Amino acid sequence: MNTPRSLMVVEAEYRIYRRTWRGTVLTTWLRPILFLVAMGMGLGALIDRNVNQALGEAGYLAFLAPGLMAASAMQTAITEASWPVRTGIKWRKNYWAQISTPLTTNDLLTGLMIWITIRLLFVSTAFAVVIWVFGAGSFGKALMAVPAATLTGMAFASPLAAFAAWVKEDSTMIAMFRFSIIPLFLFSGAFFPIEQLPDFLEPIVVLSPAWHGVDLCRWIILGTPLTLSIWTELGYLAATMAAGWWAAARQLRKRLIV
Amino acid sequence: MVESLVVGRGLSKKFGDFTAVDSIDFQIQAGEAFGFLGPNGAGKSSTMRMIGATSPPTSGHLRVLGMDPMVDGIKIRGRLGVVPQEDNLDRELSVYENLLTYGRYFNMARAEIDRRAAELLEFVQLSERRDSRVDPLSGGMKRRLIIARGLINQPELLILDEPTTGLDPQARHVVWDRLYQLKQEGVTLVITTHYMDEAEQLCDRLVVMDKGRIVAEGSPRSLIERYSTRDVLELRFEADARDQALPVIETVAQRTENLPDKVMVYTDNADEAVIRLSNNGVHPISTLIRRSTLEDVFLRLTGRQLIE
Repeated sequence: MNTPRSLMVVEAEYRIYRRTWRGTVLTTWLRPILFLVAMGMGLGALIDRNVNQALGEAGYLAFLAPGLMAASAMQTAITEASWPVRTGIKWRKNYWAQISTPLTTNDLLTGLMIWITIRLLFVSTAFAVVIWVFGAGSFGKALMAVPAATLTGMAFASPLAAFAAWVKEDSTMIAMFRFSIIPLFLFSGAFFPIEQLPDFLEPIVVLSPAWHGVDLCRWIILGTPLTLSIWTELGYLAATMAAGWWAAARQLRKRLIV
Repeated sequence: MVESLVVGRGLSKKFGDFTAVDSIDFQIQAGEAFGFLGPNGAGKSSTMRMIGATSPPTSGHLRVLGMDPMVDGIKIRGRLGVVPQEDNLDRELSVYENLLTYGRYFNMARAEIDRRAAELLEFVQLSERRDSRVDPLSGGMKRRLIIARGLINQPELLILDEPTTGLDPQARHVVWDRLYQLKQEGVTLVITTHYMDEAEQLCDRLVVMDKGRIVAEGSPRSLIERYSTRDVLELRFEADARDQALPVIETVAQRTENLPDKVMVYTDNADEAVIRLSNNGVHPISTLIRRSTLEDVFLRLTGRQLIE
């Protein structure tokens, strides 16, 4: 029996995860809970009192939760794609060990992407459970949004893997986290409708895959109309993922096959 | 004629303007322990990575196990074992899990890996640490585990890049002993090292590399015979005495090397040379008589010491 080589990478990731999963419990469960309590219930109570038509009738919590599901998938994907690639090349150096076996750089990348997909499915499902517990949406609909949230995450995972394979200094990584992740998160449309933003910012936000993911998840869970057609939304996320994948494959080869 | 496992002809590797490996020729036969000896930066590791099918040659001809590494890299790597210079074990995992994970990369079945892992842990004397995490292991243990990992797929060729660099003397001897054992069992070893004692202990045949080129080739014994004398006298002097002594020393030596801290006197009969120096009024503060080593060969060939 000949198992595809990239699945061996997934298997290795899983074996390491079995040793390190405790650290991820906090972000998987606590992040959605904290955000929904603080923003959804705390801030939401204030907002709902001042009835905001833009949010629809369901209230702020129901508006926030689906968007946050997509934005959380983005955050998970960014962390899980960037540091493993960076340390695989530079610190743990496990990529160098792996390429001296029959594995190729493409196997490493495919394996990592499959692994992140699995993680995103899990994290998004956990989010769906939290949504249901908070009464922020139906469980069935929240589950249906899991693939959309996962795709949103993947649209970030592959470009971030490419970026992490490309950077030469850890400080560049840290700067990226500091100056682009937080704006991406805040201006994803998860916390407020982007129509509230100054006109010149709107088209910039629309370029971010996060906004497309938020729009999709809100459509599925809350039933708000999609801003663009479903194929445009899905196509944009898929195209971003594909472009990132291509760049990551190229960068990994460049860094490791020298 | 024995088939060569690795053949390099006019093999070069350039990084931009820098030439790491400069048109080298070599052949490695099945069953031998073949060494690349040279100082840091001589191009040994670059050569190893090309043989390991993870680094494309810039020019020249390279065949590993009869195949072209740039075409059949996956097949070649499946039949090689690689022991890298740096520790790249999976720290979160146990000793056994490291072997399991690595074995799976070769698509080995779990039962086969288990059998092989038990054998290899016995071989590298880590059976008792099978289930302990990798992180707390000593440097010597980690190196032995990396060697075991490199052997998991029963490779036809084991490539070792600086196998004992950074280990204390005792740990080095354990590693040497294990590698010697492998050699006895007929495993083909390719070793890079900048330690002349390592090369002498382990290698049947070696090439001496300097600045990307091969400057000599042969068995350790034959290289010493060809490029050095039987004995070496190492003399140390008071600051001023050395210059006066040098002309006298040259009369008793076949060759001398005037190093910053000592004078090396090459001669086939050290005892006689010592007496003659003393009779001619040369009294160094210390005199050491020893046999020639590959270090002397390297010094002769390049005018520099291996470890500076």
